[in-house]
Amino acid sequence: MELFDLALIWAFIIGFGIIMYVLMDGFDLGVGILFPFAPSEEDRDTMMNSVAPVWDGNETWLVLGGAGLLAAFPMVYSIFLPALYIGVFLLLAGLIFRGVAFEFRFKARTSRYLWNWSFAGGSTIAAFAQGAVVGAYIQGFNTVNGAYVGGALDWLTPFTVLTGLGMLAGYALLGSTWLIMKTEGRLQEWAYRVSAPLLIAVLVVFGIISVWTPFVDDMVRERWFSNLSVIWILPALTLLCAFQIWRSVRNRFEGMPFVATMGLFITTYLGLVVSKWPYVVPPNYTLWDAASAYESQLFLLLGLLFVIPIVLAYTAWTYWVFRGKVRAGEGYH
Amino acid sequence: MELDPLILSRIQFAFVVSFHAIFPVFTIGLASYIAVLEGLAFKTRNPVWTKLSTFWTKVFAVVFGMGVVSGIVMSFQFGTNWSAFSQASANFLGPILSYEVITAFFLEAAFLGVLLFGRDKVPAGVHLFAAIMVATGTFISSFWILAANSWMQTPAGVEFREGVFHVVSWSEAIFNPSFPYRFMHMALASFLTGGFVVAGVSAWYLLRGREFEANRKALSMCLWLLLFIAPAQAVVGDFHGLNTLEHQPTKVAAMEGNWETSRNVPLLLFAIPDQENQTNHFEIGIPSLASLILTHDWDGEVPGLNEVAVEEQPPVAIVFWSFRIMVGIGVLMILFALAGLFLRAGGRLYKTRWYLQGMRFMSIAPFFAVLTGWFVTEVGRAPWLVYGMMTQAESVTPSLTGGMALFTLIGYIVVYALVFSAGVYYLMRVLYVGLEDADDEEHASDRPARPLSAAHVPFEIESGSHGVHQAKPANEGGH
Repeated sequence: MELFDLALIWAFIIGFGIIMYVLMDGFDLGVGILFPFAPSEEDRDTMMNSVAPVWDGNETWLVLGGAGLLAAFPMVYSIFLPALYIGVFLLLAGLIFRGVAFEFRFKARTSRYLWNWSFAGGSTIAAFAQGAVVGAYIQGFNTVNGAYVGGALDWLTPFTVLTGLGMLAGYALLGSTWLIMKTEGRLQEWAYRVSAPLLIAVLVVFGIISVWTPFVDDMVRERWFSNLSVIWILPALTLLCAFQIWRSVRNRFEGMPFVATMGLFITTYLGLVVSKWPYVVPPNYTLWDAASAYESQLFLLLGLLFVIPIVLAYTAWTYWVFRGKVRAGEGYH
Repeated sequence: MELDPLILSRIQFAFVVSFHAIFPVFTIGLASYIAVLEGLAFKTRNPVWTKLSTFWTKVFAVVFGMGVVSGIVMSFQFGTNWSAFSQASANFLGPILSYEVITAFFLEAAFLGVLLFGRDKVPAGVHLFAAIMVATGTFISSFWILAANSWMQTPAGVEFREGVFHVVSWSEAIFNPSFPYRFMHMALASFLTGGFVVAGVSAWYLLRGREFEANRKALSMCLWLLLFIAPAQAVVGDFHGLNTLEHQPTKVAAMEGNWETSRNVPLLLFAIPDQENQTNHFEIGIPSLASLILTHDWDGEVPGLNEVAVEEQPPVAIVFWSFRIMVGIGVLMILFALAGLFLRAGGRLYKTRWYLQGMRFMSIAPFFAVLTGWFVTEVGRAPWLVYGMMTQAESVTPSLTGGMALFTLIGYIVVYALVFSAGVYYLMRVLYVGLEDADDEEHASDRPARPLSAAHVPFEIESGSHGVHQAKPANEGGH
């Protein structure tokens, strides 16, 4: 007896996990992307210290998402990963290099520049790969009978390169506004200065993507221009967030730029979700097609409902402990 | 030559999983050892136990960190290279593997931080509790992983409908026929690994004349443990083998190099298996012993590889030789544990240089035993991925080309070579600095659970600073 639509519940859980991951790992990847351009080595120390206590907790959402996909929507897992085979490898390699750099850079002396590059390069590649995944999802996949049948580099198109660059700029903006909130003095001033051009880059790329998407995807065009005009509220909110970022950066507010950038990501994400809903493997499969068996979804849900609140509480506690400004030379180990 | 994505995917999975396996197998054993040390410290208030615990917790942190990093890759391998298998088995493996992830996160969120960073910040009892919970958590993690693997070896509790496995009984699927044996075998393997590493490192410190009191205690307690579990592992291994004979007779035939079903099968000590001609060359064996071990009867009938078609046989030579290396190392472990007992009885345990040198080398032996053991059970299952139900060829990603698989195989080898040589090098630095650093611990580190940051050791060797300890002959100091 199927009492609830578990596939729908799982779609919300996974969807929540994805946006949690994007927001949280987004700013620490962004700090990595900005790393080579920092004013000084001392500022780089401060930048890394500002994300060091939380980055690995942020990445747990990615692993949870991967495992959750296999359990709840195995078709998504077994189509996305083969289709994005090369991209997934680059993403993992990037995450490994930057993860290890976090640990060893603080302990290194003469080899520090190597870990700097490992951190910056790994973050940049991982961010680009994630953006390309979003682009590939919008494009859709070449499937037959629930299996991917396309080529190794089908995902790599001008469109996905653009979404990759969009994600790079977006994460960099999350990173710079995070630094505005968490640092002070020269580094904070630098973060204010780079935020404006990054915002412009984000708007330009997001704009091009928005104009381009209806040409890539007929369903989206249909939905945007005929069926569901209420959808336009989301891009309007996105622009409102962008205006808020610009205004708060210009007025030297400290917390608002980061909050507004998160808002920009959330509204863009919701825009994507309502454009594609309920297709999880476009253009053929909905979330109900991709779901695993009812009893399997139920079996895991019981454990997850117990653990997610604990992970959330722990996450909140960590951020609370490390609230406030990070100063140069502090928290150094 | 055409590149075969199936072979390349098998090599890639073997490489990635082998690299990953060596870290958890060590941390599972080490976590229990740390819990014991914490318990002793709590009960006796002897600072030596605290010193040992602090040091081995640092080592644990580094190895755990490397295990986590290499584990991330594992969770994506199933989808990238074995998508047909993932799709078919997700109803069972998805929740099981997710429960492993959940366990690990819950553990990390709640207790790992307290263990690594909380020594002076929480009451001693809470710290002990955290150590016990971390040790328990590592076993719960391995419970899920081994349930998944055992199900692939001896599938149960499922129905195969429309190309997909459906779970009809969770308890039968999780507690499938080979699971209890594999879990026991692996738990003991973890204890053996932890025990031999701690014993070997302690022996090395004793040889160099460092921290006699603590390292003697460590070596002594490890040797008592090994004295019981090294022989116990042989017994459990035997039961595991009999279970395999019942459910996967072809694997046992490959382990024994037994091509034809027959009675009075010899135990081969040496042979060159020749798969093409379905025979062995240069056989040296003990008559009828394999029959005795497997059937507990001198002329018992042992199934041979000829029971199945040639294309359903695993690669015999790999299974045959891996099994012999594993058993050979197991025998060496028992001998070293017994030698320890005799030297202890003669009061020469801490002064016998050849023995301490030998223990030093034995510290890496368990890793080879664990890897070859996994080669036996995994390669021995070929050509099946889910035994008797789904072959490896049916499981591989249909869109995968040889070129793609080769690209990532080389890629993972390069990434792992760079990252893990840095990791292993850093681990060596931690060992080199040793217990002496434990006193000036507690830097201003109030960071939460970031495993590697628990080890406050610089990455490079710094001349003139700490970490350089003069070697003294083992028989001089420590009166």
